[in-house]
Amino acid sequence: MSSSLRRLTFSNALSAVFAWGCVMVVGAAACLLLYSVIVAGASQVNWEFLVSEPEDSGRAGGIAPIILSTVWIIFVCLLTTIPLGVGTAVFLADYSSGSVRLASWIRTSLDVLGGVPSIVFGLFGNAFFCQALGMGYSILSGGLTLACMVLPIFIRVAESAIRNVASDHYQAAMALAMSKWTTSFRVILPKALPGLLAALTLGLARALAETAALIFTSGYVTRYPDSIRDSGRSLSVHIYDLAMNVTGGNDRAFATAAVLVILLLIINGVTYWVARRLQ
Amino acid sequence: MISAAKRDTLFGFVIRFLAMTSAGIMFLVCVFVARESWLAFSSGDGDFQLTNLATDDAWNPAGQQFNLVPMIVGSWLATVGSAFLAAPLGIGVAVFLNYYAPRNVSWVVRRLVEMMAGVPSVVYGLWGMSVLVPMIAMYSPLQQGQSLLAGILILAFMTVPTIIVASDAAIQAVPASYIRGAAALGMGRSATIWTVVIPAARLGLITAVILQFARAIGETMAVLMVCGNIVKTPNSIFEPVRTLTANIALEMGYAGDHHRSVLFLSGLVGLAVVTVFMLAANFLSNSRHPST
Repeated sequence: MSSSLRRLTFSNALSAVFAWGCVMVVGAAACLLLYSVIVAGASQVNWEFLVSEPEDSGRAGGIAPIILSTVWIIFVCLLTTIPLGVGTAVFLADYSSGSVRLASWIRTSLDVLGGVPSIVFGLFGNAFFCQALGMGYSILSGGLTLACMVLPIFIRVAESAIRNVASDHYQAAMALAMSKWTTSFRVILPKALPGLLAALTLGLARALAETAALIFTSGYVTRYPDSIRDSGRSLSVHIYDLAMNVTGGNDRAFATAAVLVILLLIINGVTYWVARRLQ
Repeated sequence: MISAAKRDTLFGFVIRFLAMTSAGIMFLVCVFVARESWLAFSSGDGDFQLTNLATDDAWNPAGQQFNLVPMIVGSWLATVGSAFLAAPLGIGVAVFLNYYAPRNVSWVVRRLVEMMAGVPSVVYGLWGMSVLVPMIAMYSPLQQGQSLLAGILILAFMTVPTIIVASDAAIQAVPASYIRGAAALGMGRSATIWTVVIPAARLGLITAVILQFARAIGETMAVLMVCGNIVKTPNSIFEPVRTLTANIALEMGYAGDHHRSVLFLSGLVGLAVVTVFMLAANFLSNSRHPST
C-alpha cells in the first residue's frame, strides 16, 4: 500500500514537473527573444531613424521610404481584403442555407488556402500578378499577393463575428419586413463591427509580418516609391536583406525588427482589447 | 431608385460572386504554380524528365543539374525534428494552462503565446542567426552554428504556439463528465490528465501536430537564415542544410527557364504536401464535431 502510494506521489510530482518545465522552457525562450529584439533594437530607434532615408545599403540612415512602402502595401492588401472578405463572410454566415454544398466547398478551399506556405504565395504572386497580369515587381503585386494570404483568417474571424450576432436581431429585422440588404447593412454588420475590426487587425498583423511572399512580388527597392506601380520594400524584407545580404547590417536589422515588433504588439493589444469588448 | 426586391437579388448575386472569388483564389494558386512547373517539361529540348530531380549528379542549375533530393531530405529532417521538440513542449504547456497554472500565470502565458504567434518569421530568423547560432557554434564539434540543429530549434520555437493553441482547445473540449467520473473514482490529478484527458483529447492533439507539421514544412525565412543553406545531405545535426523552401527564396531572383520551373515544381510539391495535411486536419476536426 505504501509503495503504491509512493508511486502515486511520484507520478503526480513527475507530471507537475513536466508541465512546469515545458512552460518554463517556452516562456524563457519567448522572454529572451523579446528582450534581445526590443532591448537591443529599440536602443537604436530614434526620430531620426524613422524619418530619414537609408544610406550605405541600410547600414546607416533610417527607414522612412521603407515605412512608406509598407504602408502602401498594407493599404492595397486591406483595400482588397475588406470587400472580398466581408462579402464572403456574409455569404457563409447568412446566405449559405440554400446552397450548403457550395458553402462547404468554399470553406474547405479557404481552409486549405489558409495553410498554403507563404513562399508558395510568393511564387503564385510572381507568376500571376507580376507576369500574367503584367504588374511587374510592384507594391500593387505585393499587396494583392498579401490579400490572398490574409483572406482566409479574415473570413474565419469575420464569419464568426456575424454568426455571433444574436438571432433576435434577425427576427426583429424580419418582423419589420426589412429587406436583406437593409438587414445586412443596418442591423447585422454594425452589430458585428467589433468582430470585423478584430478580423481586420488580425489580417493587418499577418500582412505586416510577411516576408517570403513579398520578396518576389513587391521587390527590394529602398527608395521612396513613386506610385503603387513602383517597386517597394517592406519592413520585413528590409530586416531580411540587412541580416543576410549586408555585412554589418545586423544592428540596423535589429532596430527595424524592434519597430516592427512594437507595431505588432500594439496591434495585438488592440485586437485583444476589441475582443474583450465583444464579450 | 430600384425596388427593394431587385436590390436584394442583386445583393445576393454580389456576395455570392465575392464568396466564389475568394474560394477561386485557391484554384488560381494551384493552376499558376502548376503551369509554371509544367514549362520545365514542355519547353526546350525535351530531354528533361521528372526523374532528373532524383538522378542528376547534383544541384547545379547553371549546368542544368537539378537534384532536389538533399533539399527534400533537409526539409523533412528539419520538420520532423521540430515536431519531436514542439509536440511534447506544446502539449505540456497546454496541460499546464488547464491543470497547473495559477489563474494570473495562465493569463500571462496565454498573452505570451499570442505574442509569439505574431512575431514575424524574419524576426525569429534574425534572432536565431545572432543569438542561437553563436550559442550552437560554441558547442558544435564542427565549430559552426549554422546547422540543421539551429533550424530544428528555431522551427520548434516558432511552431510551438500552434501546438499550444490547438491542444489547449482540444483539452478544453474534453467533456466535464469524464473529469468528474475520474474524480469520483478517486483518481489524482496526474492520473486524470494522462489516463483520461489526454486519451480523450487525442484526435485534437493529433490535429495540433498535423497543423504544426504543415506550418514547419512551409516555413521559409527563419530556416533560410539559420541553416547555412549548403546543398548536401547532412550526416549530423551540426551540419548545414538547405530546405526546399529556402532554395526557392534564395534562387528565384535570378532563375530562368528550367531552373525557374524546377523551383515552382518544388513549391508545388510543398503545396501538395501542405494541402494533404490541411485536409487531414480538417477531416479530423470534423469527425470530432460531427454536428458541424
